[in-house]
Amino acid sequence: MLPFRKGAWKWLAVAGMMMAILSGCEPIKTGVLNPKGPVAQQQYDLIVWSAVLMSIILIVVFVLFVVIMVRFRASKLSKDYEPPDEKGNTFLEIVWTAIPVLIVIAIGIPTVTTTFDLEKSPSPNKKPITIEATSAQWKWIFKYPEQGIETVNYVKIPANVPVRFKLSSHDAMNSFWVPELGGQEYTMADMPMTLWLEADKPGKFQGRGNNFTGRDFAKMVFTVEAKKQSDFDSWVAQIKKTAPKQSEKEYKKLLKPGTVGLQSYSSYPKSAEVKNPNMPGMNHGGMDKDEMKDMPGMDHSKKKKDDKKKDDMEDMPGMDHSKMKDDDMDSEKD
Amino acid sequence: MDLFNFKMPEQFIIMNNPLIIGAWISIILASVGIVFFVTKYKKWGYLWREWFTTVDHKKIGVMYILAALLMLFRGGFDAILMRTQLALPDMKVLDAQHYNEIFTTHGTIMILFMAMPFIIGLMNVGVPLQIGARDVAFPVLNAVSFWLFFVGAMVFNLSFVIGGSPDAGWTNYVPLSGSELTPGVGINYYLWGLQIAGIGTLATGINFFVTILKMRAPGMTLLRMPMFTWSTLVTSVIIIFAFPVLTITLALLTFDRLFGAHFFTIDAGGMPMMWANLFWIWGHPEVYIVILPAFGIFSDVISTFARKRLFGYHAMVISMVAISGLSFVVWVHHFFTMGNGPWINSIFSITTMLIAVPTGVKVFNWLFTMYKGRIETPAPMLWSLAFIPNFLIGGVTGVMLASAPADYQYHNSYFLVSHFHYVLIGGTVFGCMAGLYYWWPKIFDFKLNERISKWAFWIFIVGFNVCFLPMYLVGLQGMPRRIYTYKAEMGWTMWNFVQTIGAYLMGIGFILIVWAIIYSIRHEKRDRSGDPWHGRTLEWAIPSPPPHYNFSRMPSRITSADPYWDAKKRGESMFDENEPLKPIHMPNNDGMPIVMSGFMFIAGFGFVFEWLLIAFIGLLGVIGTMVWRSFKDYDADHYVQVEEIERDQAELQASLEGRS
Amino acid sequence: MASSSVPKGTPNFPEYQTEEGRLKIFGFWVFLAAEVVLFSTLFATYLVLADRTAGGPTGKDLFEVKDFMIETMLLLTSSFTCGLATLEMRKGNKKGVFIWMITTLLLGAGFLGMEISEFVAYVNEGATLQTSAFLSGFFVLVGTHGLHVTVGIIWISLVLIQVAQRGLTPTTCRKLFIGGLYWHFLDVVWIFIFTAVYLTGLI
Repeated sequence: MLPFRKGAWKWLAVAGMMMAILSGCEPIKTGVLNPKGPVAQQQYDLIVWSAVLMSIILIVVFVLFVVIMVRFRASKLSKDYEPPDEKGNTFLEIVWTAIPVLIVIAIGIPTVTTTFDLEKSPSPNKKPITIEATSAQWKWIFKYPEQGIETVNYVKIPANVPVRFKLSSHDAMNSFWVPELGGQEYTMADMPMTLWLEADKPGKFQGRGNNFTGRDFAKMVFTVEAKKQSDFDSWVAQIKKTAPKQSEKEYKKLLKPGTVGLQSYSSYPKSAEVKNPNMPGMNHGGMDKDEMKDMPGMDHSKKKKDDKKKDDMEDMPGMDHSKMKDDDMDSEKD
Repeated sequence: MDLFNFKMPEQFIIMNNPLIIGAWISIILASVGIVFFVTKYKKWGYLWREWFTTVDHKKIGVMYILAALLMLFRGGFDAILMRTQLALPDMKVLDAQHYNEIFTTHGTIMILFMAMPFIIGLMNVGVPLQIGARDVAFPVLNAVSFWLFFVGAMVFNLSFVIGGSPDAGWTNYVPLSGSELTPGVGINYYLWGLQIAGIGTLATGINFFVTILKMRAPGMTLLRMPMFTWSTLVTSVIIIFAFPVLTITLALLTFDRLFGAHFFTIDAGGMPMMWANLFWIWGHPEVYIVILPAFGIFSDVISTFARKRLFGYHAMVISMVAISGLSFVVWVHHFFTMGNGPWINSIFSITTMLIAVPTGVKVFNWLFTMYKGRIETPAPMLWSLAFIPNFLIGGVTGVMLASAPADYQYHNSYFLVSHFHYVLIGGTVFGCMAGLYYWWPKIFDFKLNERISKWAFWIFIVGFNVCFLPMYLVGLQGMPRRIYTYKAEMGWTMWNFVQTIGAYLMGIGFILIVWAIIYSIRHEKRDRSGDPWHGRTLEWAIPSPPPHYNFSRMPSRITSADPYWDAKKRGESMFDENEPLKPIHMPNNDGMPIVMSGFMFIAGFGFVFEWLLIAFIGLLGVIGTMVWRSFKDYDADHYVQVEEIERDQAELQASLEGRS
Repeated sequence: MASSSVPKGTPNFPEYQTEEGRLKIFGFWVFLAAEVVLFSTLFATYLVLADRTAGGPTGKDLFEVKDFMIETMLLLTSSFTCGLATLEMRKGNKKGVFIWMITTLLLGAGFLGMEISEFVAYVNEGATLQTSAFLSGFFVLVGTHGLHVTVGIIWISLVLIQVAQRGLTPTTCRKLFIGGLYWHFLDVVWIFIFTAVYLTGLI
């Protein structure tokens, strides 16, 4: 039976693209196809729109292909049939150049508008919360700068509130992905970035590191729990009250390669704050202007393994940041 | 940077796993067996004279294809292991480290040591014959290319048993692949295996570019070249512009790892993001290097077996050139999620989608080549027909992936994995198979057995779709690539199990293809007349296998892109039989390429283990052989005398009469 | 190869006399195109990293105007003498070829000597490949050019030995000509290094 429920036509389009392998199967209700927030919803709409257009192309070509195969098989043709000697057909060729161009326009426009939309808060009138998500080999560390608490391998967010995830990495490049809330972005040691997500309703979602980082990469999963604002507040209060404080030493230990279970801390050391090591003042990677102002000057201490070099860096009198900015822009174009 | 440092890696001889012990045993057995039989039947001289030192493009092509099939086996075996590990949740076939090594070697081998040599092998076999040339422009350089590729592949494969395999993915992203997070020799193997093979590929690009532009038979204008030759020309240009970027990228990471430089490090101002950029500035053109020649093969095969001229020849050429141009301006789509900013992401989204336009033109032109045709379906045509729907699935999902905000949801998931397998298997591998079946009765004097080949084809095609279609679904369910295990509660189990069944079917298909080759060598009917498919282009106008000088007389009367077809229709020969035979100038066989590449192996091995003394000895050997070759350059060719050509023709005549 | 069929429009120079010579010269031009890409990649890398000095010395601290001006003059002059050698080659004047080619190589060796001492001086000042991304980029870009010059000197010397052995035949002339092309190419690359690395580094 085909699943004719609300939004089923969209699902059918996707299924059609998969060449009907799914017909009769339960529709998948996890991951990308199960958006639970405005960001994921926007991406879902784009995915469905492109899948519909692509399905049309697939169907046209498949039908043509089958018709031609059946109609012009040598065994079906009379013995003395000779294919005509034709070189091409300018009109037809213009047609099948123009149609893909139209389709590219039809996908391109929502692509560009959505690309710019995703740089902004999904709900600009609501006050956002900021959470710093840091990947390390092989765990996720979440810091709540406004609340002063820290969690490891799980994160709780208030539902219906836009969350500004500040992504960074301690070592290898990972990717922060919660498919049901929205698409991923990389976590990098040399360029912290911002990812906006929001959950419509309370619920639990699976999040994970999505860019290979070595041995225990497969275990870099975490849960995201969206709670009602009041529940969230009481959870924060409870962590504040019951969880231990995190010392500098403990934080350093946490960063060492290895896996750990769920952890909660009522505070974290100053050195754990996410900073932009190379380029404060850069406006790319989705960082917005006010956020930049918040960013204190350069501080390399977080990720310096070589202490001597760290000192060198901190002694650097007045690095010329404005220049760096241009270069980093260039590097992306190169 | 001590010249006399011979530090040993943690494990020199790897013996910690039954699989690897098995590999050791089979390597030793195979080597001993080969040495034994070659010695017993006194074939060393034959091998050296006829193969190791050959500069004949056809033999070099055969060696490329053989090596590629061997690598297809290795890479395929990796794939089977991965699929077995992922068949069910929490499997214990491979541990994390081995899984990581195996997906790395699978990707690297399949792209660089399987797809590339297969394509280049087919170019070697096909292109000079298609344009009426007696060899490539630089035959000795061609042998150098092959042996460098071969040595690169051997260096890379050695990692499995000596020192440890690379384990940072075939994209080898820093900082993970830097010396701090991944010490040891594995990544060095990656760097040097690719570096050595890459230099060979660059030489191939130059060689075929010059060959096609300068050595075509009289009358063959650019717009009368067969499509496969066109695709090789375009590909050569891409190689010339893309491979130097790889050379530099690998060299820079080598400097980081071996000599403490700071190109890609997190500290001291290094820039990890630059690796992603440089890698894909080479890497994206690279995938077009392996797909465009496949397009060329499909064009030739489809028009041959539809018995109809290629529809829209000019549009096919223009679209191919357009694709090659676009291939250089889309690389950012491999990392939309790296924070490039909305403008850059938007621009690269659009350029990527634009690739669909010329590709769509090609698909419709192929379809309309068959429309009103007279379609026959022997093995080469089957693979070409299967290409159209399968590649299209890969293509349309490619357009979906090109949309940056949607890519945030597909990126690094199995959706992406499925996409690139649909284009690379559905395009490149099917193309290689079509080419192999198509030109096999040109390289040799027999076809491959149809019945076994059809079984192989159908099992492979079904297995391929069973394996990769469900990957789109688990991708949308959130399953990331490169994880070695997953939990049952993720809900991915059923589709993963199905995929594994598909992978095994593909394995069976591959075995059957190999069986078809072995069976046909023993049993297929021999026929030297040279035109088994009623071909359209020049290569079918000469006997199979062709004499080593290819053309005893140069072809004349080339008036279209299907010269042989048109000549047959007019009832003419491609050659002016009244023209007296002339001595033919041919290059001598040469031992330099294999000796030089042997030294390159020593150098590569030295660099991998950071034993600089050995590395420099190897490099000195490389330079020494080149200098030696330069001084004996004055005695590097000979003339094939008219008597020998006449003798060959008489022999061919006798063989043809004996058959009828 | 049979030199009977020289295509129309081919210059009547010794290096173009044979089919093989024409193919190899054309092939070498294509190779130079690949070299352009190779150096472009290095330039791009260097320019991206040029300001990432990580607290180490900058170009301004290191570069000596006098030194790199002399290096530039040596290499530019060598390109000129290399051109003179090609002219002598076309006149069939073996002695002239030797005089100008050896001058070229000596100038090249002078350039190389200065570059090596420049590198040694930097290392002594504590500016090494390991110091910063800027210096990694600098040493590898300029060093790759220096390596090319070294290869060029050895290569052309070997060709000169062959010329001494065999005289100015179409084959040796082709080798000389290709060696000359390579040498001019290195000169062009240096002009870019001079501009993008040294002059820009001073600002």
